Amino acid sequence: MLKGSRTNTIYLDHGATTPLDSAVAAAMQPYWSDLYGNPSSLHTTGRVAARAVEDARETYAEWLGARPREIVFTGCGSESNNMALRGVMWAAMSSGIRGHLITSAVEHNAVGATALQLRDVFGFEVTILPVDGEGLISVDDVAAAIRPDTVLISVMAAQNEIGTIQPWREIGELARSCGVVFHTDAVQLVAGRRWDLANEPVDLLTIAPHKFYGPKGVGVLYVREGVEMLSTLTGGGQEDGRRAGTLNVPLIVGAAAAFRLAQETREERLAHFLPLRERLITGVLESLPDVAILTGHRTQRLSHHASFAFRGLSGNDLLMHLDLAGIAASSGSACSSGNPKPSAVLQALGLGPEWTKSGLRLTIGLQNTAEQIDRTVEALARAVQKLEAMGQAIPA
Amino acid sequence: MTDPVSINPAEKRVVVAMSGGVDSSVAAAILVEQGYDVVGMMMRLWSEPGSGASAAANRCCTPDQMADARRVADRLGIPFYVLDVQDHFRQTIVQFFIDEHLAGHTPNPCIECNRQIRFTHLMNHALGLDADYLATGHYARIRHTPAGYQLLRAPDEAKDQSYVLHVLTQTHLARTLFPIGEYTKAEVRDLARRFGLPVASKQESQDLCFLGDGDYRRFLRQYEERVRRPGPIIDIDGRELGQHEGLSFYTIGQRKGLGISSAEPLFVVRKDAARNALIVGPRAALGQTELMAERVNWIGGVPDGPVAAAVKIRYKAQPISATVEPIAPAAARIRFDEPVAGATAGQGAVFYDGEICLGGGIITAQPSEQYASGPIALPVLQGEYS
Repeated sequence: MLKGSRTNTIYLDHGATTPLDSAVAAAMQPYWSDLYGNPSSLHTTGRVAARAVEDARETYAEWLGARPREIVFTGCGSESNNMALRGVMWAAMSSGIRGHLITSAVEHNAVGATALQLRDVFGFEVTILPVDGEGLISVDDVAAAIRPDTVLISVMAAQNEIGTIQPWREIGELARSCGVVFHTDAVQLVAGRRWDLANEPVDLLTIAPHKFYGPKGVGVLYVREGVEMLSTLTGGGQEDGRRAGTLNVPLIVGAAAAFRLAQETREERLAHFLPLRERLITGVLESLPDVAILTGHRTQRLSHHASFAFRGLSGNDLLMHLDLAGIAASSGSACSSGNPKPSAVLQALGLGPEWTKSGLRLTIGLQNTAEQIDRTVEALARAVQKLEAMGQAIPA
Repeated sequence: MTDPVSINPAEKRVVVAMSGGVDSSVAAAILVEQGYDVVGMMMRLWSEPGSGASAAANRCCTPDQMADARRVADRLGIPFYVLDVQDHFRQTIVQFFIDEHLAGHTPNPCIECNRQIRFTHLMNHALGLDADYLATGHYARIRHTPAGYQLLRAPDEAKDQSYVLHVLTQTHLARTLFPIGEYTKAEVRDLARRFGLPVASKQESQDLCFLGDGDYRRFLRQYEERVRRPGPIIDIDGRELGQHEGLSFYTIGQRKGLGISSAEPLFVVRKDAARNALIVGPRAALGQTELMAERVNWIGGVPDGPVAAAVKIRYKAQPISATVEPIAPAAARIRFDEPVAGATAGQGAVFYDGEICLGGGIITAQPSEQYASGPIALPVLQGEYS
């Protein structure tokens, strides 16, 4: 068959997904065709698989500082977010009275779209709090938004598009003091931090293993004991009745292997990411001082994350140029059907229309090197130059 | 292809304009087979927000067609990107279409789209991506001679698209490839099957790409109120015979639907935009021996004097013997050997010497002393290209 040949030689989109670690893949291997049982089955074949799932659960419990029964395996991070929001809001309904949800303007779609549906279709009260120019939510704003009927606050631990780490801890403490449940989408942050949920003010926490060299197709939701959550996927009673569906044992095993590995090598990974992130940020801002800005907080940000906006340019065009140069990145207004919208997150930062379609995110991984960073900075500068030259020729 | 001997395809990048249709898909496949570094691109143009399955089949650049183009690109292993040109297309081509009708002309927006969108905007993007060529699925050929590039008709006369490509200059042709121009439509479909492309049996897209249903009158009524401008229908002797609904709704040579009764058959002869009058006359009045064209492009360079050429006055017309005289700066006087009927202001008049397309322009409604002046508004290609 005809085949052009092209690959991305420099992958800088680890925020989207990461390659499966080989040790993790090896850990998963037995559970496809050898130890293939359904963990819900009574027989030995099933019990062997169930044991693997429980081991995985204990791994998460151990490294999160939580109890095994507080760990729920789901199909993905988005599902965990859906479960958290819907499950808690619906469970809090009594006599048909719908409670109040507080969230931020920069959540991942799995939280944002779910909140909007809860409001527009299901009639819940929802407050969406703004953020400042660096994407930070104000704890005072959260406090001011809390009402007697507030059931849940959902604020992400770190923002995926702009890297900003939110004051989730302070918000959690505030929620606790008001008797409000606190959920945080920790998908982007979870592998970069040592957790001790028994002693931290978080009631629900979302995890997506494919962001830290684990498999896609599995998610985790931490649900603190005592939090009332209605099941949103009902059926066979798996996961203590919280999430039905035959457990995907190999993926769950892989999820746990990846998390253990991430936590055990956390320091080394951070030591690898941080200098490269700094090199990238400095490189871009110094080579394109008049057109590029860093988006998100400069220091209170994910260790592997760099994001920029480029005045007057299109993020999609930049991605195209980078892709052809062998570099994989992403944009908050990326659209594969040629209909890019301004990024809601960049708009929430208060950026004007000349910036909001120009977002570019570069997220560093274990395989990236300093040389690759340098080549990326060059390729980006070249792409910007070409696009600026073209922009002057096309009528507005 | 352009200068095949000296090219090493592997060192050449080609952006292929892909529409999801069989022609551009096969064009891309041919280039991949030839070893070029191929990049697929589709432009998201503006088209009417519409509904209905039959409407969708006729419209260009729908999400379905995008999915088709992407599937072909994936099958070929080439990158595929979509350029958002919606606003630009709406403001140039769609608006041009409306404005021309308001002025009493019958435009060919595909000519304008090639001029401004495909071979300027898209070509600039392609060159910006370090492409050496822009390729399309057009039925036409490019020949490289010591004297420069020539645009040739396609062997498949029914499919030949040189008419809408008359706007291309030497600068464009040096950077353009028409991979399927040598083939007939039947051969192209065959190739699609041989390449295993998923679009082999797709329906042809018809009509103007931005119309939801192919009905330009309905479109004009909906998008531009001012086209509904009733005015007098006047015969060539000056007698007023009735009322028309708006000049846009009539075509030169039209006989039916005029709402007037007469002893002999009457045809639309001319649209007088200045008086908002529809001029009708007997069949004999349809003939014209002389036409003026503006925005004329001579692909091989402006000749020193009048040249003999066969001229097409519509896309689907037969070329008719004429003498074409260039008039500076960018006009031409076309004198036909025999009177021709149906020449319409706004349509392209394209000149041929056998299979060679010499160039062409847009038929003007102005009297010969008042043809449009000024060079063609052909936006300049970026960069160092002359």
